[in-house]
Amino acid sequence: IMFEETGPEWLSEEVKTGTTIIAIEYDGGVVLGSDSRVSAGDSVVNRVMNKLSPLHDKIYCALSGSAADAQTIAEIVNYQLDVHSIEIGEDPQVRSAATLVKNISYKYKEELSAHLIVAGWDRRDGGQVFATLKGLLTRQPFAVGGSGSSYVYGFVDAEYRRGMNKQECQQFVVNTLSLAMNRDGSSGGVAYIVTIDKHGTEEKVVLGNQLPTFFDQ
Amino acid sequence: MEKHCTDSRVKGVSTGVSKPAPEYVSSKTINKVIQVHDRIFCCMAGSLADAQAVIKSAKFHLSFHSVQMESPPQVIAAASVLKDLCYKNKDELQAGFLTAGWDKKNGPQVYVVSLGGMLISQQVTIGGSGSTYIYGYVDAKYKPNMTKEECLQFATNALALAMGRDNVSGGVAHLVVITEKGVEHVVVPGDKLPKFHDE
Repeated sequence: IMFEETGPEWLSEEVKTGTTIIAIEYDGGVVLGSDSRVSAGDSVVNRVMNKLSPLHDKIYCALSGSAADAQTIAEIVNYQLDVHSIEIGEDPQVRSAATLVKNISYKYKEELSAHLIVAGWDRRDGGQVFATLKGLLTRQPFAVGGSGSSYVYGFVDAEYRRGMNKQECQQFVVNTLSLAMNRDGSSGGVAYIVTIDKHGTEEKVVLGNQLPTFFDQ
Repeated sequence: MEKHCTDSRVKGVSTGVSKPAPEYVSSKTINKVIQVHDRIFCCMAGSLADAQAVIKSAKFHLSFHSVQMESPPQVIAAASVLKDLCYKNKDELQAGFLTAGWDKKNGPQVYVVSLGGMLISQQVTIGGSGSTYIYGYVDAKYKPNMTKEECLQFATNALALAMGRDNVSGGVAHLVVITEKGVEHVVVPGDKLPKFHDE
């Protein structure tokens, strides 16, 4: 008889932020949103993780994919942006932050498996959202990412309209996150919302029982 | 995908068929909505060869059952026949079905037979590779007890959204409306589908 002492499976599984992340631009700023579930295989190892990470005062990024890879990229870019903003003597542009993220994602694309959406506000171009999937860099009116995003492509395609104001964007983000969290096993918990405009950055949490519900709930 | 509206049912399906690798579309106009009895239709998903074979057998069983019972079959009977075939041959088959129809006992109903042979009844259901993209849309936009026109619009929109994102869905949208009175086919060619913000 053999006694196996391998311990729980999740200790040897990679930790991923399965995730649903979204960022949307409006006239005057951006809204970013994420869920809060971190999974290792079948286990949820953190149910309240904030995946919206600051890169600078008015530039945030949303993390998805491998938790370690995503966090490390965010930390490195945060450092690089600090140096860059001292060199230029003013706040960095959102495009600069996105480019720094893209440079890392592209150069190490074979070793990394993380996708960061970069969004923020700067004086030159207002609110901007950039996607950096697999090392590309593209500015978009809105971007969704993470495993939960597949389930809401139809919803965001149908519901997005140009010219939404701040409240409509926040509602759009909360609705999208709620729908994705309901369907995707790797997304769940609470919703974190960050709104960035020229006046500053506002962080908000929407608890699970306050999220919008839909017909079958 | 199917929807259950007040007194009728709308089924919708898109028609592209493709091979996974190498990627090419073998037929752009295949019909995946099959009539298995006067007021019962099935949507096929998965391997179409398997699905067609299963439906052929199910059609026969159902018409025999209907003769024995001396009345049109119930929708759940059609779904059960499909389920039995899928479950008993689950190792060999890769086919799933959405069954919808109207019968005198329970009115309009929608059933899902999944890949392994599970059978459940739902008010609205979606299936196929393109369905992942519209779970959010369907969850958000479906309301119970819609009218026939609202249902048709909802199904058409959902199909259009899925076809817009899924590279192996496309072509033409087939919709079928089944009521006590009869069956109505609606075909929407690709260029007449609703367009969304990025098109």
